[in-house]
Amino acid sequence: MTIDWVFILEKVLLISGVLVVSLVVAMYSTWGERKVAAIIQDRRGPNRAGFMGLFQPLADGGKLFFKEEIIPTNSNRFLFILGPSLAMMIACMTSAVIPWGDTLTIAGHSFSLQIADINIGILYIFGVVSLGVYGIMLGGWASNNKYSLLASVRAASQIISYELAMGLSLIALLMMTGTLSIKEIVEQQRHTYWNVVAQPLGFLIFLVCSFAECNRSPFDLPEAESELNGGYHLEYSSMKLGFYLFAEYINMFISSALMASLYFGGYAFPYMDKMGLDQNIVTILGTVVFFIKIICFLFFFMWVRWTIPRFRYDQLMRLGWNIMIPLALVNMLITGAVILWQQSH
Amino acid sequence: MQALTNRAKPVDRRPMTFTEKLYLPAIAKGMVITFKHIFQKKETISYPEQKRKFSPVFRGLHVLNRDAEGRENCTACGLCAVSCPAEAITMEGAERKPGEEHLYREEKYAARYEINMLRCIFCGFCEEACPKDAIYLTETFAPSNYNRESFIYGKEDLLIPMPGEKKKA
Repeated sequence: MTIDWVFILEKVLLISGVLVVSLVVAMYSTWGERKVAAIIQDRRGPNRAGFMGLFQPLADGGKLFFKEEIIPTNSNRFLFILGPSLAMMIACMTSAVIPWGDTLTIAGHSFSLQIADINIGILYIFGVVSLGVYGIMLGGWASNNKYSLLASVRAASQIISYELAMGLSLIALLMMTGTLSIKEIVEQQRHTYWNVVAQPLGFLIFLVCSFAECNRSPFDLPEAESELNGGYHLEYSSMKLGFYLFAEYINMFISSALMASLYFGGYAFPYMDKMGLDQNIVTILGTVVFFIKIICFLFFFMWVRWTIPRFRYDQLMRLGWNIMIPLALVNMLITGAVILWQQSH
Repeated sequence: MQALTNRAKPVDRRPMTFTEKLYLPAIAKGMVITFKHIFQKKETISYPEQKRKFSPVFRGLHVLNRDAEGRENCTACGLCAVSCPAEAITMEGAERKPGEEHLYREEKYAARYEINMLRCIFCGFCEEACPKDAIYLTETFAPSNYNRESFIYGKEDLLIPMPGEKKKA
């Protein structure tokens, strides 16, 4: 058996590229968050560090690195360190199956801009995302602090409850597309219409659930400062705290990418095959369009955060179990009925 | 009980209608409001470059005044220190020597005059207490600093410069 060095090189480059891009996007999401918060509140936001405050994330990161690192005496040291590492690692892992673009053809080789086009892509994402709760759970548990523990219990039950509705809303989409590969879902949307047209309710449920999965406002109960002194990362300092905050932004980025590719056509844009452009240029344009879609979603995440106040915990649970899951089931039922009706005609 | 004004409104306790129960219209309304704010004028004053105007009665940093001939007004009577509710003012009096008439207006002057700006509450009582028009509160405020000692302002910080002479930065 010969080793395909070009293949390995291609994948290594792509993985490093995707990792760097998701880290940079997460970094600049912190800047974006502060800017969006500022402009919504009639302020200016960071504007001192570099042009428009663009070096602010670097300053923040530098600050976090140089902060004193405190590990509480009564904490479980191993789990305390494992928590943020796990949160960060899992956040980065999901990007593997997202198609960042179509294929590029360079010197006869065609390179897919997707790290792994596995045929169970969505299943993989669900598996990895549900691991994400361990980072928070371990962190809150290992801190040996009741507020952290409460926050992590909240996070765990919230994420598990909303995962159900999220999965159910996706099943309707899968019934329509008939595939679990994200690349294929995107390709199907390339030739017809975007899935959001056929699945508006499914998209809405998915959107709300992804807010809950990312612990974003209005579902940011695990870090409710007013009642939990900061939440599951209460005892964390220095870059370990940074990892938790960073993982949240990476999760936001990935779920934006996921929503864009599942419901808004991913890298496909209207008339992309009718412009008569070179395949490579179309691919690059597609990637650019994909990132524009992602940025729109990121903006939406932030916009919602600075608009809607936090839910109460019982409201959150009622919304998850009594509204989201039945709605997702109804959506599934309607989708199934429509598919059956289409098949019989 | 009789209402004091006729503006009181009874609380609306009707059960929520279906559209209200959906929440989404209300959320959309809120989102539109926040989105509109993106295009509104920013309220921020970029401080070191722009400064806001203070009213003429603003009570900021103190100055020690001189008379028209450039002599110090302060006679170290201590009324400002007595009136100070925060006990921020310390002073030491000294007697004017012959030949110093061009420096001090009266026979007694403050050899040392210190205001601790961290204690000061900028109430302006010292200004009101002063019989000699020697201490005034200006429209500037105390700049930030790195250590507490720097907030104790001595005579050289407080005294306004001699006419025709630039104050050392």
